[in-house]
Amino acid sequence: MTWAEFWIIILRVVLTFGLLLVLTIVNVWLERKVVADMQSRIGPNRAGPYGILQTVADGLKLFFKESVTPRKVELGMYVLAPFLAVVPAFLIFMMVPWGAPFMIGDQEVALQGADLNVGLLFILAMSSMAVYAVVLAGWSSGSKYPLIGGVRATAQAISYEAAMGLAMVAVVMFSATQGDGGTLSLAEIVERQSGTWGDIIPAFEPVARFIPRWNIFPQIVAFLIFLIAIVAETNRAPFDLVEAEQELVGGFHTEYSGMRFAMFFLAEYVNIFSMSAIAATLFLGGWNGPTFEGSVPAIISGILPTVYFLLKTYAIVFLFFWIRATLPRLRYDQLMSLGWKRLIPGALGWLILSTFVIAFRQFGVPWG
Amino acid sequence: MVETIIFVLMGLAAIAGAITVVMARNPVYSAIGLLGTLFAVAVLYVLQLAHFVAAVQVIVYAGAVLTLFLFVIMLIGVDKEENREENLRFQRPVVGVLAGVIVVMAAALTAFGDFDWVPASGAVIPEVTNGTIQAVAEPLFTDWVLAFEATALLLTIAAAGAIALAHYRRRESTDG
Repeated sequence: MTWAEFWIIILRVVLTFGLLLVLTIVNVWLERKVVADMQSRIGPNRAGPYGILQTVADGLKLFFKESVTPRKVELGMYVLAPFLAVVPAFLIFMMVPWGAPFMIGDQEVALQGADLNVGLLFILAMSSMAVYAVVLAGWSSGSKYPLIGGVRATAQAISYEAAMGLAMVAVVMFSATQGDGGTLSLAEIVERQSGTWGDIIPAFEPVARFIPRWNIFPQIVAFLIFLIAIVAETNRAPFDLVEAEQELVGGFHTEYSGMRFAMFFLAEYVNIFSMSAIAATLFLGGWNGPTFEGSVPAIISGILPTVYFLLKTYAIVFLFFWIRATLPRLRYDQLMSLGWKRLIPGALGWLILSTFVIAFRQFGVPWG
Repeated sequence: MVETIIFVLMGLAAIAGAITVVMARNPVYSAIGLLGTLFAVAVLYVLQLAHFVAAVQVIVYAGAVLTLFLFVIMLIGVDKEENREENLRFQRPVVGVLAGVIVVMAAALTAFGDFDWVPASGAVIPEVTNGTIQAVAEPLFTDWVLAFEATALLLTIAAAGAIALAHYRRRESTDG
């Protein structure tokens, strides 16, 4: 490895980390504004223009507040849990390609923290790590409600992760037919969604020419299942049983305050953004879109992919806020039966169906 | 050089985790110790360029199995006093002797064995750095496909059996 390559890796990681941090601060404000609009309120409007600095103010406040440690906590785990929440949240986003690669001198810089051969598996692994933070926080608090929140979190994470994984399998299988063999690398999956369906299905060329080659069109069922699963996976309303205010005070973070609470809060919003980014990457073509290369200055066609990526991601982030503002919380048994009796069988059925279609398109009928 | 440092660090972390598993008084700390060991071993896999195995290790063991362990530990209650009376009276001396044998063998292997410590940087690194999934998948779905499918069938039977048993027990208890 040369020094140039080394610095480029550092640059990629720092850029991705910085983008995520800044956008998360914006997202907290955005959610409060969006939900306020939906509920005919004004929302934060004091700090900075449109109250956009409110999150910064809140963050500083939490930073300087005393972190109260209740007497009955199991100290080691109690201190460790917030870190376990933040680290996987940031690592997940490292896998997401958020812009077209560009050149510095003769070195190519991919706008992505790291492009792993096992990218999707890494995402699954890290998202399953997130549950430890909630469980350990709940248990180590030494108090009833957090413990109930923690136990609920375990059950919920296991149930919805399965559906999420199965939806991913369907996309990966479809994506394998779009290029040279299967891949789990997110950069490669994005690359295979470039162009329009016009190049792929010549029969419908006049119409298909205008439909981008995103995975959502052939994999719409997988997309819907994935969407529901990521809302549950991030413990957001209507699946926020883990921190249901009316039943559990604050759920797993009841006994946390100050900086430690802020870390849980940060992790939640980082997770919302990275999960939306993954959905946009897998199903909505990632940073693909018309860049008008040649007819506009190079700088614009270089930035446009990142703009497309953010537009797609924010469409899904907005959906998160919208769902939260409009849907009531599920009951616990409803949550479990939705996960196990509807989503998982649905995902399995869709997987089998799409396998048959893919096999038919590749090999034709078995008796022919 | 970097490989050696990471190997030593992760090896120590794995051992520390393993010691925590047996020594911790609180089962939750044991579970977290096991988590540490699993992670350290996953990093060792990455060091050997087996990214796929590392990822699967974290997903299956750290993600699913250990989460279930924690779930069970919490359901049966962590704070209950445990009965520390030992049923197998000879287990401690036997384990001591076995551990001694292993330590002696490991020491002998390190001292007289003919092997490289870890591949130093600059050693031959295979071309498949970026193709570990393909490398795993190909033999799995060609030479070993029968064993693979049989294992899948076995797991399905086990899962179905577990559900059937749970249902059977419940009906029995409500009837009686």
